[in-house]
Amino acid sequence: MKVSNRIKLETVGKALTHDSAVLHVSGTATYVDDILEPEGCLHIAPGLSSIAKGKIKSMDLEAVRKAPGVVRVLTAKDIPGVNDCSPSIGGDPILAEKNILFHGQVLFAVVATSRKAARHAAKLAVIETVEQKPIVRVEQGLRAKKKVLDPLTFKRGDAKKAISKAEHKLSGEMHIGGQEHFYLEGQVSLAVPGEAGALKVHCSTQHPTEVQHLIAKMLKQSDAAITCECRRMGGGFGGKESQAAQWACLAALATHLTGNPCKMRLDRDADMVSTGKRHDFAVAYEVGFDDKGVLSAVDVDFASRCGYSADLSLGVNDRTMFHSDNSYYFPECRIHSQRVFTNTVSNTAFRGFGGPQGMVFAERMMDQIAIKLDEDPLEIRQRNFYAKGKDVTPYGMQVTDNILNEIVDELERTSQYQKRRKEIAKFNAANKYVKRGIALNPVKFGIAFTLKHLNQAGALVHVYTDGSIQVNHGGTEMGQGLYQKVAQVVAEEFGVEITKVRITATTTDKVPNTTPTAASSGSDLNGMAAKKAAVTIRERMIEVAAKLYQAKPSAIRFAGGMVHIGKRRIAFAELAKTCFLERVQLSATGFYATPDITWERDKLSGNPFLYFAYGASCSEVIIDTLTGEMKLLRNDILHDVGASLNPALDIGQIEGGFVQGMGWLTNEELVYDEKGRLRTHAPSTYKIPTCSDIPEDFRVALYKSGGEAGANQAKTIYRSKAVGEPPVMLATSVFSAITHAIASIKPGMMPKLDAPATPEAILKAVEGMG
Amino acid sequence: MRNKLVFLRNGKRQEISNFSPDETLLDYLRLIERKTGTKEGCNEGDCGACTVSLGRIRNGALSYEPVNACILLLGQIDGADLITVDDLAENSKLHSVQKAMVDHHGAQCGFCTPGFVMTLFSMHHSGEKVTRNSINDWLAGNLCRCTGYRPIADAAMASVSQKPNDALMKRWDETEKALKKLQGNEDLVVMDGENVFGAPGTIDHLAEACVRYPEATIVSGATDVGLWITKQLRAQKQIIWTGRAKGFDSIKSSAKQLVIGAGATYRDAYDALSQLDSDIEEVFRRLGSRHVRASGTIGGNIANGSPIGDSPPILIALGASLELRHDKKTRTLPLEDFFIEYGKQDRKVGELVAKIIVPKPKKNEYVRAFKISKRFDQDISALLFALKVTVQRGRIVSARLACGGMAGTPKRAKQCEAKLLGIVLADETSWEGAIAALTKDYAPLSDMRASAEYRMKTAQNLLRKALIEIADETAGKPRAQTRVSGFREAAE
Repeated sequence: MKVSNRIKLETVGKALTHDSAVLHVSGTATYVDDILEPEGCLHIAPGLSSIAKGKIKSMDLEAVRKAPGVVRVLTAKDIPGVNDCSPSIGGDPILAEKNILFHGQVLFAVVATSRKAARHAAKLAVIETVEQKPIVRVEQGLRAKKKVLDPLTFKRGDAKKAISKAEHKLSGEMHIGGQEHFYLEGQVSLAVPGEAGALKVHCSTQHPTEVQHLIAKMLKQSDAAITCECRRMGGGFGGKESQAAQWACLAALATHLTGNPCKMRLDRDADMVSTGKRHDFAVAYEVGFDDKGVLSAVDVDFASRCGYSADLSLGVNDRTMFHSDNSYYFPECRIHSQRVFTNTVSNTAFRGFGGPQGMVFAERMMDQIAIKLDEDPLEIRQRNFYAKGKDVTPYGMQVTDNILNEIVDELERTSQYQKRRKEIAKFNAANKYVKRGIALNPVKFGIAFTLKHLNQAGALVHVYTDGSIQVNHGGTEMGQGLYQKVAQVVAEEFGVEITKVRITATTTDKVPNTTPTAASSGSDLNGMAAKKAAVTIRERMIEVAAKLYQAKPSAIRFAGGMVHIGKRRIAFAELAKTCFLERVQLSATGFYATPDITWERDKLSGNPFLYFAYGASCSEVIIDTLTGEMKLLRNDILHDVGASLNPALDIGQIEGGFVQGMGWLTNEELVYDEKGRLRTHAPSTYKIPTCSDIPEDFRVALYKSGGEAGANQAKTIYRSKAVGEPPVMLATSVFSAITHAIASIKPGMMPKLDAPATPEAILKAVEGMG
Repeated sequence: MRNKLVFLRNGKRQEISNFSPDETLLDYLRLIERKTGTKEGCNEGDCGACTVSLGRIRNGALSYEPVNACILLLGQIDGADLITVDDLAENSKLHSVQKAMVDHHGAQCGFCTPGFVMTLFSMHHSGEKVTRNSINDWLAGNLCRCTGYRPIADAAMASVSQKPNDALMKRWDETEKALKKLQGNEDLVVMDGENVFGAPGTIDHLAEACVRYPEATIVSGATDVGLWITKQLRAQKQIIWTGRAKGFDSIKSSAKQLVIGAGATYRDAYDALSQLDSDIEEVFRRLGSRHVRASGTIGGNIANGSPIGDSPPILIALGASLELRHDKKTRTLPLEDFFIEYGKQDRKVGELVAKIIVPKPKKNEYVRAFKISKRFDQDISALLFALKVTVQRGRIVSARLACGGMAGTPKRAKQCEAKLLGIVLADETSWEGAIAALTKDYAPLSDMRASAEYRMKTAQNLLRKALIEIADETAGKPRAQTRVSGFREAAE
């Protein structure tokens, strides 16, 4: 990658605010539901199944049709093409046909003149069903031998044998709960008809291309006839990767059938009941280790509740396996993963994509070993870190960029971990009713889509003759600041101020065939693609300038809004104008495919990741042993983002990710009843963290190594690292700190604590200590 | 009588003479005004994305409070000044709270941001002293899923570093005057066929209206009725709003008792209730959010009969009684007798909950109140535990214990109370009978908030905790740490 025409970075690496910050605070940032509705816009409400499993005997929709304002009712029969909105192998009907697959499935949809009319009418349907007993919990699915996908195993050596020979062995099991995304903006799509079968849908989605393709298939149209646009989402977190498509399809179908623009926006309850969540897991394991707590073998069985279909469960569960080692070397191991079918909503992508569940296991194992050996868990963790000669993961990839020792040492020092650990021991000895705990946990997270072909991106850059620039790419903006990071890259390449770069909405008619904004890869992929487009234009401009001013191309550089040609300077805009007059193209596409991804899943060989992102987090908690209530008192984080593209945005991702992970492991509990109905389907019952849940003492820093500000060893965009997902897993330190606090009640005994550690779960674990 | 709604829209007088009684303020803003800055996040008053600032005359002076537009009825803004996020920037110059949010990177996806901005705007104009801790409370009604709150809290602190100096300050006196003029005694009645939105101007008229429209839904804050409309889609054709009845929200405090008008909001009653005990203060601080407490009323919390309302168990433990009014007739009953069974209260058709009479704890009476929920702030209780005991010479001589979340109604634990009598606080073994007796008083249910086992075990543990604390306190011993958070712990 050419970077020789610059001296030092002007825009990349600056802590600029989010590109839409001013619009956000003014209420003028346009989300899909805020788009001025086109004339004749109709509104859609879903009719949802009230049972989890069964057959539809009849659907009497007469009363719905006759209700005030109703224009049309949609059922599966109305779909001209394929009735499926699956991101993968199928099995996700847009509208139910004969079988009811889960509670909250869309059976029909009402199109009416107002949203209120549509919602009221949807209640009037008379649905006759034959109800069957649903499979709700993972254990039920396992017992019934029901799966959505085949199991997978990573194996090295003979784990069982090695464990039997080990000096010490331990076994355990735990449940790890799922998580609702709770993006503040619910699922929403607005479809607008075009001519000759064309249709444009504004959709709050992380994957516009998939939405485009699914609509085309549903309507028997060509991909080229359908456009999907997304300027911004009000939060995504993985919940709008595959889960946005169904509502876009329904809006498109209604538009196709009525000829009117149609909008579908889910009510919060429908959103929570009808869209997938983070997978919950049952984990069982056996481990062998020596007197020092160094692992000799690990044998772990993961079983996840996938729901009624495959959706993205393959990648999610694979990633659980990829991260079941977190930062630790498993000399011998057997990592087994079952993808269990249940009659519940199909679980899906959620920030971390299965990785967090794998790591919760790894960290629990470390805590358990430490408690058994009566050692500091941090010591045990460090002794098991990947190191020279112990640097090959269970899936065969060599870890070559490990900086965990440096990060953890620094955090151990800055957080005063050892001193506080001693103080806590004293506090716990002196207090009967409340107990404190502390933990310092590492994170190592692999960056790349483990599905190789997704590691590609495109961008489109235009330079206008007034020197202003437009940038477009396949990545979507869900609040993470991707648009601003990419704009910073483009501004840097042209040496212009960020204000010269106009960011435009992601749309399939500008950059086609894109992959989802997921796997933390947004800036890695799209930053690089945009850079390539910008460099192409810049090279053309250099050529023009070189010819015009008789200069060597190597003597021309772009900085400060000017083009420097030896000692001469002209405005960037002037050169742009000159290029136009010289008939040189000022528009270019850029394309990037991540190199060195060699993973072959069918052979279980090759490298699934380009590099690893690292971090560590130290949490201190206090628990009430009479009620199970818990408070996070302090948290320190040191996290690796490589050479940051934008430290302010990166800190935002780290803090936000940590708090989201903390919510997952503490307050956020999804409760299904025996009939498979989700009972926590609104913020009144599902509790994400609020302001008082974050620690009063909250210290977050970016890791900077001695040399190049922690530059990524891999050749990423300006040597930055991905930051979207890894910080979620920093929250395992909260769970471990709670474990530590409970364990203080009876030294040597491992508390039986499941996630989430709600007050009830903590009290149960406390009671279990005898 | 007046037959149109009159309010100020960012200081400008506005009238509406035709609207559906169950129209929400949020739908009015987004669908009628077409102002889309205010967002719908949950449509049930839990996330705060729809926060607007409502200026009302409170205790004779203008005061701005954050409220959830999604569950506020349009009619409830009568006599108020409505400010939304769309109104803040002046000539495209950001308001200082907006600027602080930008400077501190307080927005990521931005969807919750307008709500936060309006809460901060209300806080900025509240005149209250703001600390890092009080910010938690101000922001408890606004959920953010992206930032982890730290930058928003920083923005909040920064935004109060200067006194407000904005368009609202310039028109403050004028607005106060204009709003005072709108607080007349006349009845507000907006009718359209069978639809009625009525807001009587006096308590007499209110009581009369409840008799005349027996089918009508009586609404105070609409923090629950709002959800009937937005979630259960139960159309409300006749609504009687108590918010204009003069004196219905009065709070009278004497040496021996508090008399709380049923129309007093949680916020109105907060100071008076807080003085009773620091635990009571903390429970009412944790009840709902600022938004909910600015709208919801103690009377509504009782009248609606929920088994998980936070006020009733506390008021029952304190020995409160209830005054009900049917037209001109009033009757009084002990609060616990009002709750007959789940979904059934001792309120006749046309009868109105009028007043709550709360005896103040005496010198040798000790109060403890605990709220147990998955999340500390703005959560509905899995269990609300409230206890008042009288202690003489180290012995409990009288006891009232009530819980929420343990039965179909807020309920006294009479068997446990009986066993508490005569307990020697210094002798922990003498407590066990009372603790065990809770299993005779309650048979709690399992639901999404907690299991029956957890509720029972925790109720027992909370009684133990209360006794530990009271024993230490009455013995003048150094107190063992028994809390992870809360005012009492912080104060000691």
